[in-house]
Amino acid sequence: MSEEAIIGLEVHVQLNTLRTKLFCSCPSDYRGKPPNTNVCPVCLGLPGALPVVNKEAVIKAIKVALALNCKISNVLIFSRKHYFYPDMTKNYQISQYEGVGGIPIAYSGFLTMEVEGRQKRVRIRRINIEEDPGRIVYPTGSLLTSTYTLIDYNRAGIGLLEIVTEPDLRTPKEARLFIEKLKSILEHLDVCNCDLEGALRVDANVSIPGGSRVEIKNIGSPKEVERALAYEILRQKHALMRGEIVRRETRHWDSVRKVTVSMRVKEFEEDYRYFPDPDLPPIPIPKDLIEKVNAEMPELPDERIERFVSEYGLTRYEARVLVMNKKLADYFEDVVRLGANVKKTVSILINDFIRYVNELNLSLSDALRVIKPVYIKELVDLLNEGVISTKIMKKVLPEMFKSRKSPKDIVKELGLIKISDVGFIKRVVDEVFNEYPKAVQDALINRRAIEFLVGQVMKKTRGRADPLITRRLIEEKLSKLEGS
Amino acid sequence: MSMFNILYKPAYELVEEFKENPDLMLDYVAKTYERIKEVEPKLNAFITLRSYDDVVKDVEKVMSRLKRGERVRLPGILVAVKDNISTRGLRTTCASRILHDYIPPYNATVIERLIKEGAIVVGKTNMDEFAMGSTTENSAFGPTRNPWNTELVPGGSSGGSAVAVSTAESTIALGSDTGGSIRCPASFTGTVGIKPTYGLVSRYGLVAYANSLEQIGPIARNVLDAALLLEIIGGDDPRDSTTLGISLDGLFNEVMDSEYSLEGVKLAIIKEMVYGADEEVLKVFYEAVNKLISEGCVVNEVSLPIVKYSLPAYYIIAMAEASSNLARFDGLRYGLHIPVSGRSWYDVYMEVRTKGFGIEVKRRVLLGSFVLSAGYNEQFYLKALRVRRLIRDSLMKVLKEFDFIISPTMPVLPFKIGERIEDPLKLYVIDVETVLANLAGIPAVSITCGFSNDLPVGLQIMSPPLTEPKLLSFSKSLEEVLGFRDLVPKGV
Repeated sequence: MSEEAIIGLEVHVQLNTLRTKLFCSCPSDYRGKPPNTNVCPVCLGLPGALPVVNKEAVIKAIKVALALNCKISNVLIFSRKHYFYPDMTKNYQISQYEGVGGIPIAYSGFLTMEVEGRQKRVRIRRINIEEDPGRIVYPTGSLLTSTYTLIDYNRAGIGLLEIVTEPDLRTPKEARLFIEKLKSILEHLDVCNCDLEGALRVDANVSIPGGSRVEIKNIGSPKEVERALAYEILRQKHALMRGEIVRRETRHWDSVRKVTVSMRVKEFEEDYRYFPDPDLPPIPIPKDLIEKVNAEMPELPDERIERFVSEYGLTRYEARVLVMNKKLADYFEDVVRLGANVKKTVSILINDFIRYVNELNLSLSDALRVIKPVYIKELVDLLNEGVISTKIMKKVLPEMFKSRKSPKDIVKELGLIKISDVGFIKRVVDEVFNEYPKAVQDALINRRAIEFLVGQVMKKTRGRADPLITRRLIEEKLSKLEGS
Repeated sequence: MSMFNILYKPAYELVEEFKENPDLMLDYVAKTYERIKEVEPKLNAFITLRSYDDVVKDVEKVMSRLKRGERVRLPGILVAVKDNISTRGLRTTCASRILHDYIPPYNATVIERLIKEGAIVVGKTNMDEFAMGSTTENSAFGPTRNPWNTELVPGGSSGGSAVAVSTAESTIALGSDTGGSIRCPASFTGTVGIKPTYGLVSRYGLVAYANSLEQIGPIARNVLDAALLLEIIGGDDPRDSTTLGISLDGLFNEVMDSEYSLEGVKLAIIKEMVYGADEEVLKVFYEAVNKLISEGCVVNEVSLPIVKYSLPAYYIIAMAEASSNLARFDGLRYGLHIPVSGRSWYDVYMEVRTKGFGIEVKRRVLLGSFVLSAGYNEQFYLKALRVRRLIRDSLMKVLKEFDFIISPTMPVLPFKIGERIEDPLKLYVIDVETVLANLAGIPAVSITCGFSNDLPVGLQIMSPPLTEPKLLSFSKSLEEVLGFRDLVPKGV
């Protein structure tokens, strides 16, 4: 369907693991503070104030550049990008420029990701270091219905990396996979806590044959990127089918209504009048600094997936699901380190745990914080020791989210311990045989019909009867009936 | 006039007297305020003057610091500060309507250093709006007048600071120099002005006009006072990435103790710099040169054709940077505010900038935006940067062969208010001598070398980067030989 789309991404990543903003000493932890209190003369752009670059930001950028196989500039040059907008305190953004007089910190790299079993290489055009603008706040939440606009500069000056791909992506799903992989890399490098609201923002450029390039601004998550692109490609196809032209324009992703809305038509390239910022003289990036950063690189997702396969015997699929979310992978290792059975832990985490997180509308990182690894270990042990069945486990886990109690307590309180008492189960089997003679006859003819009888025993014991013992007892009783 | 004894005393002498007898500061401040009351209505050197009571409170604080035995280097000295240098709690307008009510919440680094040494800011001085001009006529607060003849301009853009010092409304002053804005008014008022090596003095708190060219610097009535002030404001500042990590400690004592011999000092006069200067200026200049030769200096004329391109290169770079720096003035967070209800931000910005900026500022912002725009920046901005490099290289070459480059500071004598303001090109050409030091980032001093029609004529001396100790020691020797220091203007 959408194979012929051409997609390129611009990903803005907040350097929110830095202690301070990019050019001043205001904390980079701006969230939840009263408006316009996390500011100083520098990030407010007051007359006469001067920026001083946060050297740690450069180290983080070099880490990302190395992880994305980029060439790294031997000099750090900041350029001013000029445009008027109320979220800008200086009406220019201190950024980097790929052109005469400027150079991005990194360029010409690539990221490899797995798409439907094949390795796909997505080229990285460049990585810029730049400052985040302030935040525009509409009092009603919507531009259309607000009669005035508020501006909060607490975010102004937060360090950002702008990571730009070549137009190498072909489907919305590929775009999602790219962002997921990138996000995992950024988390493994401790560059960005991407789960925070607004920490990772994507602009997507997309065109289909016969149309023009359309830019979709400010998409907040990998799933939203997939949705926004799928919507936009469909919109463009329908437009072309109706004989309309797809204009070159910038569109806004409305994440509430799940549609893209036209913002402005681009008739020509905007002229940002870039020039090197005279307040920030070029800083050399020596080779030995890059080597030092390289020597201290942490384990990256691809290596970690390989290790999970070889060290824990996971399938590649299991390893990838875990590693694509660093916190989940860390959590998995915490549980396993406590001595839990590996296979059962993986299965609980990537199947049941994630499902309940989604069903209960929690964020994964919140959920991982709420439920301690030792509880999952306990749950795995209960399952492993035959105290509870898989079916009971699926009842205990959501209860853990709700009550935050230990699985042992939950099992005790709700009376969910598996029944392994052969005498007791025998009596229930006898009852079932008496109540369903027809089913017994069926089972005698076709052993596959035994499932109905097993099910009835489970029903009577509210799922607590040990399924293996139950099955054995039923089979024994059927054999006796046959023999008589 | 006995009052003048204390008012025209050099700062370095006052400092010693105040340390002996702190109560003398009150007398000094009282007399200064009398003087201000007398001359300020004729001159308009200040945009904002601090109240006498506030200043006396500061003096009392300094007195108690002295009595506690604190060692401060400028106790009680009144400093006039150009109104583009940020002062906490004290209005900083840049002589612009757009900042007419802007009160900064922070002090520039140079102000912090002055206060630490016990100096007291007396007020904020008039200037050309955002330092764009050479006459102090482009001010939203009216022109400043020349104390040698109040019909004439005092030079600019730091005209208010130079006038305040020359008339003893303050003992020393801070100016800023982007293309001559300290040296030009120093020349026109008979004072001493220093444009330091780029990166020697922190620009933190200086409202930017053209960041890559400008420096804050001292204006004083003699070389030693200027050296003292430079020592205190200069040196590395972690808040300004363009400072060079150089310390100036000991500069004043070094210059004070120096007896820089003129014997065999090699001086270059660049032909293209004197060509085109007015005859009465050249007459005074060459009289001074002859005196220097008779003192043993060796003077040679050299030709540097690239100098012809210095003005266009300077104005392109300055305007480009200005267009960027002045983008932030939109009336949203501070400064000129207009009713916004029911209007788009774009409309509001347009009206604020239309009403808030003067004509010269608008001209430079427009031209600066133009030279940076796509398709033009190659032939203007980038070419100007190449010319700048060539100029720096050729000046450095001359300074390898010679100790100093000398020239008149200004190619003209102070002229009538209103005479050149209508024609910007006529105004831009008078910066021809001064812009070189800014383009090359080298230090330059202006001292008085004589008079023509009772008007002072400035001599400019340039030297290699970071040679301020040598440059100021030489300047002090020239000051002794030529005999012009602590001048009292005759026009007020």
